Amino acid sequence: MTWLRTPEGRLGVIAVAVFILMAMVNPERFLSVQNLTSMAFQFPEFAILALAVAVAMLTGGIDLSVVGTANLSAVIAATVMANYTGGGDGVGIVIAASALALVVGLIAGLFNGVLVATFGLPPILATLGTGLIYTGFALVITGGPAVLGLPPAAAWIGNSTLFGVPTPLIVFALLAAGIGWLMMRTSFGLKTRMFGANPLAARYAAMDTGAVLLKLYALCGTLSAVAGLIVMSRANSAKADYGSSYLLLAVLIAVLGGVNPYGGYGRIIGVVLAVLSMQFLSSGLNLMGVTNFAREMIWGALLIAVMLINTLASRRTS
Amino acid sequence: MTDSTAPLVTLESVTKRYTAITALDRVDMTIRAGEAVCLAGENGSGKSTLIKVLVGVEQPTQGRILFDGVAQGRITPTDATQAGVQVIFQDFSLFPNLSVWENIAITAERATGTKLVHRARARERALEVLERVGVSLDLDARVETLPVAHKQLVAICRALVSDARLIIMDEPTTALTEREVARLLDLIRRLKADGVAVLFVSHKLAEVLEVCEHVVVLRNGEKVADGPAEDFDAASLTRAMTGRDVAETPPGALDPSAPILLAVDSLTKAGAFRDVSLTLRKGEVLGVAGLLGSGRTSLAKALFGLATPDLGSVMLDGEPVPLGDPIAASAAGIGYVPEDRLTEGLFLEQSIARNIAVGRFDDHASGGVLNLKALWGEAADWLKRLSVKAPDPQAPVRSLSGGNQQRVVLARWMARQPRVLILNGPSVGVDVGSKAEIHGIIADLAARGLGVIVISDDLPELLGTCHRILVMKAGVITDEVRGGAGVTEDDLSHRLAS
Amino acid sequence: MGFYPIVHGCKARAMKSFDWTRNEVLVFGVILAFCALAAASDPNFLSIPTLTDLMRNSIVLGIFAVGAMVVLVSGGIDVSFTAVAAFAMYATTVLLRDVAPEMGWPVAFLVAIAIGAALGAFNGVFIALFGLPTLIVTLGTLSLFRGALLTFIGTAQISNLPSGMRDFSRWMMIRGTDADGNFYSLHWAFAFLVVVVILTWFILNRTMLGRAIYAIGGAPESARRIGIDVKRTQMFIYIYVGALAGLAGIMHGSLARISNPQDLVGLELSVIAAVVLGGARLTGGVGTLTGTLLGVALIVLVRNSLIVIGVPSVWQSVVIGALILLGTGLPAYQALRAQRRAA
Repeated sequence: MTWLRTPEGRLGVIAVAVFILMAMVNPERFLSVQNLTSMAFQFPEFAILALAVAVAMLTGGIDLSVVGTANLSAVIAATVMANYTGGGDGVGIVIAASALALVVGLIAGLFNGVLVATFGLPPILATLGTGLIYTGFALVITGGPAVLGLPPAAAWIGNSTLFGVPTPLIVFALLAAGIGWLMMRTSFGLKTRMFGANPLAARYAAMDTGAVLLKLYALCGTLSAVAGLIVMSRANSAKADYGSSYLLLAVLIAVLGGVNPYGGYGRIIGVVLAVLSMQFLSSGLNLMGVTNFAREMIWGALLIAVMLINTLASRRTS
Repeated sequence: MTDSTAPLVTLESVTKRYTAITALDRVDMTIRAGEAVCLAGENGSGKSTLIKVLVGVEQPTQGRILFDGVAQGRITPTDATQAGVQVIFQDFSLFPNLSVWENIAITAERATGTKLVHRARARERALEVLERVGVSLDLDARVETLPVAHKQLVAICRALVSDARLIIMDEPTTALTEREVARLLDLIRRLKADGVAVLFVSHKLAEVLEVCEHVVVLRNGEKVADGPAEDFDAASLTRAMTGRDVAETPPGALDPSAPILLAVDSLTKAGAFRDVSLTLRKGEVLGVAGLLGSGRTSLAKALFGLATPDLGSVMLDGEPVPLGDPIAASAAGIGYVPEDRLTEGLFLEQSIARNIAVGRFDDHASGGVLNLKALWGEAADWLKRLSVKAPDPQAPVRSLSGGNQQRVVLARWMARQPRVLILNGPSVGVDVGSKAEIHGIIADLAARGLGVIVISDDLPELLGTCHRILVMKAGVITDEVRGGAGVTEDDLSHRLAS
Repeated sequence: MGFYPIVHGCKARAMKSFDWTRNEVLVFGVILAFCALAAASDPNFLSIPTLTDLMRNSIVLGIFAVGAMVVLVSGGIDVSFTAVAAFAMYATTVLLRDVAPEMGWPVAFLVAIAIGAALGAFNGVFIALFGLPTLIVTLGTLSLFRGALLTFIGTAQISNLPSGMRDFSRWMMIRGTDADGNFYSLHWAFAFLVVVVILTWFILNRTMLGRAIYAIGGAPESARRIGIDVKRTQMFIYIYVGALAGLAGIMHGSLARISNPQDLVGLELSVIAAVVLGGARLTGGVGTLTGTLLGVALIVLVRNSLIVIGVPSVWQSVVIGALILLGTGLPAYQALRAQRRAA
């Protein structure tokens, strides 16, 4: 039972336990297709942001600009789409605008990377600043109100299903699997984790640390843009301050998933399990008539509890 | 009852056992007022445990400790402080963000139990003690802005403000230049005249012998030598610490026709080193002897691209090496094994295999995808070649001993097949057996045609491994001696110090 | 004297020279430049109403910032203070409304401060006693406190405040009309900010406790070695900061004349931004009240008066973000270059 001694193992137990508990308390409704589907539509957007934050944390950094990047990308894409005057579903323009959003996310992420890698800013401050700047640009573009009037095809990303599986869930699953693979099986991923473990030794080992950080923050930015597109599609609009509560939620999920905020340790499977635990918990509580606010409270308590267990467990082994 | 003739501190058959190991085994020792005692021993000999027991951080398993001839029960850190025992740790335990006066006065002020800051009184105290040791420092300077020697002075002053009767100094000379050591010894003489006792704890004590009355040597937790300081010199101290003569066979003669591999021309970096020119032949081991602060580490970093020189050039095989870029230096075939293994060399929680392969992950990948089997296999291969006793290349590198950790860093660079390997303090913190083996590896590398630069302040090590030794002082290469051939340690040490 | 000739040379070098790259100086310069620009484009800018507006808008932000600075100096970070403030404000309002509607404002304030201190102690238990990372604990309690408030105490905003809070809201220190006939006023709440600043200055600079806070932030291990009780000191910090947040919360509700439990949360990063602009280091040990207040003043200026210098107010967030990057980027870049140069 050595897997139980890892943070991911414990989290897996928590996820399964929460699922079983909720299913037992309210079997008809919790296990209903409708509930399961609605869960699958709800969590991918913030789960993808959590992936971005987790990846940044692996280097010992953090990305506080994920929500700003997501909204800026979505606002730019939505503005392009809303000005489209051709008829029909607008599939072409949706694809073009989505590609543009990803490029915006990539550039925003690269800018973070330049600040951190080239100018040596602490990631927490660099991304705090750029988060405000990206949100600010989104505000400047929209002037405040939401961008409405998207073509019908824009709804597809966030609301359709593919073989009965909600598209956002598929996107999240692919991204999580891809990033998990990237971090565990590629030289880029291993470099990222080694840098997080000891940045100084990485430099002394002649590792291309600057390039690693640039690519990594670019990845965070692109992931944020994907999340932004899903939010936009589900809301059928884009706004500078959508999902502002998602930032702390994303950090919370990453930490809950066992990612060490000081770098060097973390696994994507942990983040996925953390997301699932939170979603099972909040949906189950929702069905029991518990409000969103109680959910928030339980998340906070869960974070502290898991952290406490991890700390006490590691203290006992060392 | 206090006996005025009794020693300040007496250890009687003090033993400290941890679950698996005996860190101290029936150690007896006395320190009298106004006396300087030298406690010598290699890393892991039990020196740090002895300090901890003396100041009450750890309790002895057996034996007893007497302050002023009075046997103590369980000593707490507060008891030790009240008895006048103060430790100056190697890192000085200062507060970099606070001023000089505050650092000096903080412990004494806290001891008065005051809740408020008595600024005038504290500054007065600080000034008084600075005058007592004959130093003038800017009271309001923040400690992080001071040079190392001055930080040490602040730490000494802090101990004195708290009415220290015994000051324990952990590795006091490692960070000091020759001149600063001389000043420190001056200060110690005056403190002794004042009746303050000093316990030097170090693995490198030859330089403080002259102010000491008494020498105690620990090895594997046991006291192996104890006597008046006059009976010891650098060589006998080393012999006592290591338990054998460290006379190593110097390397064989270098083929005079060996081509020049590395040519450094007038390399200069303001504030670090000046006008350094040197050549390194294929198969040659070149030593750089210098004290801390002589510019030896800056030079090594500049050669490897970790620091950018202002002037000069580095040529490898006739090709210029781009300066200020470690990736380019390593691509050109230069490797660097850093001095501080734990922070600069290793990823402690990561596996041995990753620590060996770091910097070359791309070589183990095709299209970015890692071939993990090859990565582990290569690591296992290196562990065997360098005879590292490790259960598993996937175990964290933290689980290895100092000597084996150093071999992991060596393997990392050897796997890159460098043309020139720079080793900074290759045997710091390494046990005696591993040290000899590391020297064997150095000889082997040279035999295979690498150029090796060994930077060290361990003179026997340089004499035993190098064909030529450059002496570096205040950023300038001042002397060159041939290794092995008739040069003694005393001779070299004289050239370093003069 | 005179054993250490080199020391004298060093003293000369260490002589206090005015450091132009200090954050305080930079921020002060930017504030002056901002005011000069604003005065050039709008002659009415340099007036008493502008000043009193600025002061009024600095009260709650300023108290938050003072607390956030104390935590940063000790080497930690607190993001839960806005939730603590909202909790204390709303819980106090509800308590007074239901239990003692006629109580005066001092009672309301004491209750809010006590609630804030209790929530701060909750943070302190996990940080000081269990040694959990400060960012994670306060991130958790941010959700926990806010969620508990909205679940157990209420979600509806209360505009019919208890009489004590209403009385407080009318309590003006200065009131008047300037030469151009513009009305201005300054609330007594500003005096609370002044008191908080003086009290915190006294604690940080004149008590051993305050010096211990700096010591812990500068070198935690050394602090332990000289016998500073790190746990007790941390406990004090989080209780004190909680109490300040409670005070800021009740003042916010009273001044706004409405107690909205969903208010305040979301402000935490702007507050930390103000403190960092003022020169406090995230790594601990360094931070001044002067810098913090200048940082707050700059953020408030940008938030309220950007339009005066001809920048539309939608650019506000971009400007603050850029200021953070410049204010923290310049010192960071200098440090990076110095580190590469020295070796």
